Amino acid sequence: MTTQRTSGRRKQVLAAAAVVAGLLTTAACGGGNDSGGGSKNGAAGFDAANNKVAQASAVKKGGTLKFGGAQDADSWDTTRGYYGFMWNFARYYSRQLVTTKAEPGKAGAELTPDLASGLAKVSDGGKTYTYTLRDGITWEDGKPITSKDVKYGIERVWAQDVLSGGPTYLKDVLDPDGKYQGPYKDKAADHLGLKAIDTPDDKTIVFHLPKANSDFEEMLALVSASPVRQDKDTKSKYTLHPFSSGPYKFESYNPGKDLTLVRNTNWKQASDPIRKAYPDKITVKFFSNANDLDQRLINGDIDLDINQTGMSPQGRTEALKQHKANLDNPVSGYIRYAVFPQSVKPFDNEHCRKAVIYGADHVSLQTARGGPVAGGDIGTNMLPPSVPGAEGQKYDPYELAGANKNGNVAKAKEELKACGQPNGFSTTIAVRNNKPVEVATAQSLQASLKKIGINAQIDQYDGSQTTGIIGSPANVKKKGYGIIIMGWGPDFPTVQGFGLPLWDSKYILQSGNNNYALIKDKTIDGLFDDYVNATDASKKPGIATEINHKVMEGGYYLPFVFEKFINWRSSNLANVYTTDGYSGMYDFVNLGLKNSK
Amino acid sequence: MTELSKSGAAVGEPTAASPASTAFLEVRDLKVHFPTDDGLVKSVDGLSFKLEKGKTLGIVGESGSGKSVTSLGIMGLHTAGQYGKRKARISGEIWLNGTELLSADPDHVRKLRGRDMAMIFQDPLSALHPYYTIGQQIVEAYRIHHSVDKKTARKRAIEMLDRVGIPQPDKRVDNYPHEFSGGMRQRAMIAMSLVNNPELLIADEPTTALDVTVQAQILDLIRDLQKEFGSAVIIITHDLGVVAELADDILVMYGGRCVERGPADKVFYEPRHPYTWGLLGSMPRLDREQQDRLIPVKGSPPSLINVPSGCAFNPRCPYADVPKDNVTRTVRPELTEVGSQHWAACHMTQEQRERIWTEEIAPKL
Amino acid sequence: MLAYLIRRLFAAAVMLVVIIMVVFGIFFLVPKWAGVDVALSFVGKQADPAAVAGVREKLGLGDPIYLQVWEFFKGIFAGRTYSAGGDVTHCAAPCFGYSFKSEQAVWPVLTDRFPVTLGLALGAAVLWLIFGVAAGVLSALKRGSLWDRSAMVVALAGVSLPIYFTGMLSLAIFAFGLKWLNAQYVPLDQSFTGWFGGMILPWITLAFLYAAMYARITRATMLEVLGEDYIRTARAKGLREQTVIGKHAMRSTMTPILTMLGMDLGALIGGAILTESTFNLPGLGRAVLDAIRNQDLPIILGVTLITSLAVLLANLVVDILYAVIDPRVRLA
Repeated sequence: MTTQRTSGRRKQVLAAAAVVAGLLTTAACGGGNDSGGGSKNGAAGFDAANNKVAQASAVKKGGTLKFGGAQDADSWDTTRGYYGFMWNFARYYSRQLVTTKAEPGKAGAELTPDLASGLAKVSDGGKTYTYTLRDGITWEDGKPITSKDVKYGIERVWAQDVLSGGPTYLKDVLDPDGKYQGPYKDKAADHLGLKAIDTPDDKTIVFHLPKANSDFEEMLALVSASPVRQDKDTKSKYTLHPFSSGPYKFESYNPGKDLTLVRNTNWKQASDPIRKAYPDKITVKFFSNANDLDQRLINGDIDLDINQTGMSPQGRTEALKQHKANLDNPVSGYIRYAVFPQSVKPFDNEHCRKAVIYGADHVSLQTARGGPVAGGDIGTNMLPPSVPGAEGQKYDPYELAGANKNGNVAKAKEELKACGQPNGFSTTIAVRNNKPVEVATAQSLQASLKKIGINAQIDQYDGSQTTGIIGSPANVKKKGYGIIIMGWGPDFPTVQGFGLPLWDSKYILQSGNNNYALIKDKTIDGLFDDYVNATDASKKPGIATEINHKVMEGGYYLPFVFEKFINWRSSNLANVYTTDGYSGMYDFVNLGLKNSK
Repeated sequence: MTELSKSGAAVGEPTAASPASTAFLEVRDLKVHFPTDDGLVKSVDGLSFKLEKGKTLGIVGESGSGKSVTSLGIMGLHTAGQYGKRKARISGEIWLNGTELLSADPDHVRKLRGRDMAMIFQDPLSALHPYYTIGQQIVEAYRIHHSVDKKTARKRAIEMLDRVGIPQPDKRVDNYPHEFSGGMRQRAMIAMSLVNNPELLIADEPTTALDVTVQAQILDLIRDLQKEFGSAVIIITHDLGVVAELADDILVMYGGRCVERGPADKVFYEPRHPYTWGLLGSMPRLDREQQDRLIPVKGSPPSLINVPSGCAFNPRCPYADVPKDNVTRTVRPELTEVGSQHWAACHMTQEQRERIWTEEIAPKL
Repeated sequence: MLAYLIRRLFAAAVMLVVIIMVVFGIFFLVPKWAGVDVALSFVGKQADPAAVAGVREKLGLGDPIYLQVWEFFKGIFAGRTYSAGGDVTHCAAPCFGYSFKSEQAVWPVLTDRFPVTLGLALGAAVLWLIFGVAAGVLSALKRGSLWDRSAMVVALAGVSLPIYFTGMLSLAIFAFGLKWLNAQYVPLDQSFTGWFGGMILPWITLAFLYAAMYARITRATMLEVLGEDYIRTARAKGLREQTVIGKHAMRSTMTPILTMLGMDLGALIGGAILTESTFNLPGLGRAVLDAIRNQDLPIILGVTLITSLAVLLANLVVDILYAVIDPRVRLA
């Protein structure tokens, strides 16, 4: 009786679910069918803005550009933000000495002067960088932006005890020994005690690097190098209202709810070669329900997703069917992979690592990630395609996208024999419990490893505690995490901005470690040194290629995919394009509207 | 099914030939049947009696004999509030003051309830609403039938509480039922029943839930009040002792039917039905030794769905084989007059019954 | 009655203190036992040691637990000042903690979010009480009828279907399909009609779930009450059936319903998490959801406390109402 009743109830629910599915499809049909190649409602076409500019001529000045998002920024404070979309969005209200070009695709990763009148004058063997500021650059209250404001803004990176969360490259490069205490503990009257930066006058700023770094200018393009005016520095509360140096300023911000930017009337178009500042107003509304967000994108209530991490599976399916012309499918810059900590036996032996690489079914892993469109192309190496020096799928040392794409059991067994584990072994896969897709890849990996005799258990750990759990090599060893599922994207599009913390032995940390594989390879360390010291910029991509090869040859990583996203672009968006400068996101700063009403 | 009655309650139409009753209360061939999954429960199956004002009728029987169903039938509480598909089917006639109640407009019967006929229930704790004060409940009972203001009604309530012997009635009127003792609650219940001076009072096991000492007080109260108000009273009980001193007439019920009916003296001193003998035998007597007493009726009450054929009492009757030809098991005995106003339904001859009573039963009582 | 009230109030106060201690224990002790460094969740992907130390200092994570609890209690009445590395943050009384993730004091977040949740809970409660109780009473009075059976099937569906399912369904039909409602939250002080329009779907969705439960409980209770002796007494008095049902039976039927209502309202105020996230209402439930996602402990702590407080208050109100309804309780 009881069982029967239960199954009866389940039947009712299933029937109801079927009805809903039908209704959802019907409701979706209301939007009209506009797939591919432009359409009546003005959508530019599938992939029309992927690495090229769509609707450039349709742009009109004015109107309200509406963002939506499922996740607020970690911080809107230029010193503290680390989310990629925050860096992208921050260009609305902050300017830097240099920034990436407002151009689609590869060109968008190149640097161009912003507050500075030109790119750096590098001297002293790459250890001195000198900039002169433009005329007419102003704060939101109309006062001019000075070199001292730039210096103060950069000094804030040193105040990690108060302003935690952001990237610390500038601090690591300008003051590797940590001698400076940060502006809040600075005894100097003007709190500008950082020796590495000189401001001989209000227009000139000079950086003195203790050691050359060929990517230094990339670091100056990060929003953490934005100027901050001392009298407007509200320290930890700066995130609530960053004082604007760009074309827009904060009007209101309710954390987790909404954010509104309005025109900064003191910003002068003539002083800014990059920003076009088309809309009058920019709004961001945060949603807790990703499906609701997707529906509102499809409905046209919202122009685009500020998070730029792709639509959720349900909305994506509907959009691909009904509104393909509103979608772009860019490469995100992220690589999704499994990494083998060498501290956990038998992964200290490269043959055991390679056994896993060969044994895995790469098509099945790609499917678990969402397939070729929503998941991405099968990853064949560890350098994101947007990084100079990357070869994409052309470099495939283990033939992961080729002959071995469904796993090569024979080859894997050979490697196991070479490793001294001919009958396989047992290990643990560590995966974040809050990422269903990662759990799915772990299960896929588990299934294919079984075929070669590797018995893998899956440990789903608290995803919000990632840094504490897998960032501690001692803990990884204790728990026996032989395989860790992770993903990584570049902070700036160079091999240093992507791979230095992952692969350089200097970055093995006792807590907050990112070199999960514990790679201690003198060749790789040396190649990074070469890269950092390269005076000839044209040599850099070659070194990047070489580093990638060395990492792959070591068999430390099993790449899953070069990640791709499905991002929505409303039909009303104009001058819209993806850029490598922000890992395949739309370049926010120059978005405009076709219809400004 | 050819049930035409729209209300769903099979209201028995009085037959055209049946003349209006002149008695104060007359019940004619009352049948109350309940359809259930197991079959039709014939709780009351052809009951007739008369009652005049100022008189008391005691209806006696075991639980399940149909006595409470009869009283509810008279009050019309089977047709009121029957929620659900299965409703009691009632047929026969109930005449009160010249009105036939079963065929009357239900709303008319409702107006009679509480005013012309009132009822006292067995368990005063559960019969009183726990969330309202005694006073509120009496006031409500009074104001349904009298358009007076609350103040007047309250005065009346206090007066009635005083009359039924509740001390400090002006204070107790604001108490809740749970703040009263069992006897006091039943007094309050009686006060509520009598607040409208009803001409007919039905007391359904009024003392069963009470202590022995309190029982006597309550019965005295009912008797006094009856004298004072001159109402007709029906006392329903399983205990002959309760009605011994109170009732003018006694009606013994068994299996939904009347087995013996007559003036109290006759039923007590010249009972003519073996079941009545059994009931008399189960009366507690303080003046007799336990072992001398007649063993009470053996066995359990009959099923009301499959009533034994013949005399319903036959499976339990020690004298079932006295009449010839197995007649007790095949033919249902009708009520026959066994004395002046005294009726009984038994196949034994008058002589057989007199002999058994005087020789076997009476000496043991 | 007064003694009863005082007793209840005292019990509630003791309970609140216990709850604060337990909640505090869960949030600050359990991670410690589990060996998880709370401070690490505050720093970015480059976990700078200075940053970790700064967070620890600011949050007082290095202090012994009793001191942390004491600081927290003191903050509620006297306000609190957090300082680290020359950065001073003042959190005015009543300070229920300070979120360093979103740089705001917890109390204003709670007071900002509370009216949204309260409006959602109360509006839905009105709906489900009206429809649930009415459907339950009708079902009881027409037991076994077609109406009864269909109402109970709908009620079963209402109880079984998860809110995000009915929520998304109603959004898909009424907001995105038919476009009858825009289903966007508009604050009450901005526009009443906008607020009302935005709340209709959440109200109905939430009320559907609860109305189903209330219909079932009302039906069962009403059937039980109708079998009570005092209902027969009421009829024997000559009361009209409407009065018997509407007054005598309803009063008894309302007792368990009020108890449920108290509990449900208390729990809902703590967080109609699913409803708020489905309909994107910026209430307490969504605040706690976002806070969990962002590891924003002070907000979680604050909402948990408010939830406990709401449940406690609801309990108290129910207890008092109980005494008002049922005179027998006053003696207990």
